[in-house]
Amino acid sequence: MTDVCIIGAGIHRFGRTEGVSGLDQGVVAVNAALADAGTGWSEMQFAFGGSEAAGNADTMVDRLGLTGLPFINVRNGCATGGSALTAAASAIRAGDNDLGIAIGFDKHPRGAFNAMPAEYNLPDWYGEAGYMLTTQFFALKIQRYMHLHGISITTLGRVAEKAFRNGALTPHAWRREAVDLETILTAPMVSDPYTKFMFCAPAEGAVALVLASEKKARELGRPLIRLKAVAMRTRPSGSFEVFAPSIDIVRGGSATDFAARDAFAIAGIGPQDIDVAQLQDTECGAEIMHMAENGFCRDGDQEQWLAEGRTEITGTLPVNTDGGCLACGEPIGASGLRQVYENVIQLRGAAGARQVPGNPKTAYSHVYGAPGVSAVAILQR
Amino acid sequence: MTAPESSRAIAEGIFTTGAAPRLIGGRDRATGRIVFPRPAGDQHDAIMLGNRGTIWSWTIQRFRPKSPPYAGPADFTPYAMAYVELGGEIIVESRLTNIALDAITIGMDVELVLVPLDPDTEGSLLIHAFQPLPAGAAQ
Repeated sequence: MTDVCIIGAGIHRFGRTEGVSGLDQGVVAVNAALADAGTGWSEMQFAFGGSEAAGNADTMVDRLGLTGLPFINVRNGCATGGSALTAAASAIRAGDNDLGIAIGFDKHPRGAFNAMPAEYNLPDWYGEAGYMLTTQFFALKIQRYMHLHGISITTLGRVAEKAFRNGALTPHAWRREAVDLETILTAPMVSDPYTKFMFCAPAEGAVALVLASEKKARELGRPLIRLKAVAMRTRPSGSFEVFAPSIDIVRGGSATDFAARDAFAIAGIGPQDIDVAQLQDTECGAEIMHMAENGFCRDGDQEQWLAEGRTEITGTLPVNTDGGCLACGEPIGASGLRQVYENVIQLRGAAGARQVPGNPKTAYSHVYGAPGVSAVAILQR
Repeated sequence: MTAPESSRAIAEGIFTTGAAPRLIGGRDRATGRIVFPRPAGDQHDAIMLGNRGTIWSWTIQRFRPKSPPYAGPADFTPYAMAYVELGGEIIVESRLTNIALDAITIGMDVELVLVPLDPDTEGSLLIHAFQPLPAGAAQ
């Protein structure tokens, strides 16, 4: 079977960009990706794109060119980008196309995400009584995990400290100043055990990736960054998800377990083969838990890993080299593709001050979102 | 005069009122799986969930949720949240009440009570919450 390659990667910086719509940030990312690939919009045979809160992606043909291409909108929560990438890869692997684009963008109002119960098939009382908050779920999930696996608050703080340190080295990041551990740990509490530096904030940004068959990528003379596997999965029974009025006594796995297992199987490699990883870190604990859920360590090992700096850019498994959601903010529709963008840049050796040393060859990205979806992509050069 | 408890529940069919309130769950007729609240339709039989349990996890809500959907008082006081494991049946999400915010631990024994969503308004809607059991009262 032909490999699918990522031949162009473009980004509109994350954070806040007053006066530019989320969709127009998407257009900026598309043009950057096309230029990077050395091709043009008129060459695109298809597009998959989406946002959570910034409008219908396909309306951007008005800006990019009315070429008549099929443009399919994707709206899949935090997995929007991963789902667009999955669909785009399939469109090439099926053999009907050899060049197309996946796009994710968003622009959220300030403050916590404000979900409505009916959007999640929940009764109105769940929101009226004060349960409809992602922050609450994340806090409840890590509190249980810390209790079971001996993770300390200091370890949570180290995740944020690393994120802001990496963000300071990353041109597309939002938070570009290092924050010391003491400040992180003593900041105002938002939802115990998380202080304000331990949560990402809703933000803006956009990413586009140009995909090609291996044959087409060679024709265009681009470096071959192969998409070895992409897997998007929903939750199994007994999982613990955001917005859950009740959970099962008999505990089960997670959507991430499925997506990770299947992606490794498709790629024919294991966690030990990964040189750099981008793991969903909407809050510090998510990065901790996702290290284990994706198979990189055992539950509880994170305490030692963080203390020893193993997930630093210079560590044995660099994690969230661009500062992740903690430093880049969370534009829901764009974050999944930002991770893949960062991996493309790392595999090309073009990441500048945040470049992972040792010529990384294999890179991993993972998103997780409500109501229990996950997408994993594995790249190799 | 304050309206009777039964008419002040934040929603119908999620708990019973009276001296020893109970949450109303649903048991899947095909699989036996218990969920809360009971979903609409006839796939789930209503069951009374146990009114005592232990704290499975907890956090403190320290900022006022946005309205809508939040219907609590405009003047915000942080409140405690938990998942409470009810004796081998189910783990339910609930507020905690009558508890010091710095004294909550996983494994604490708690019991169900009904509390006003807005304590300063007479006749406020009632929501479910769990409170610590007196020492020695655990089963």
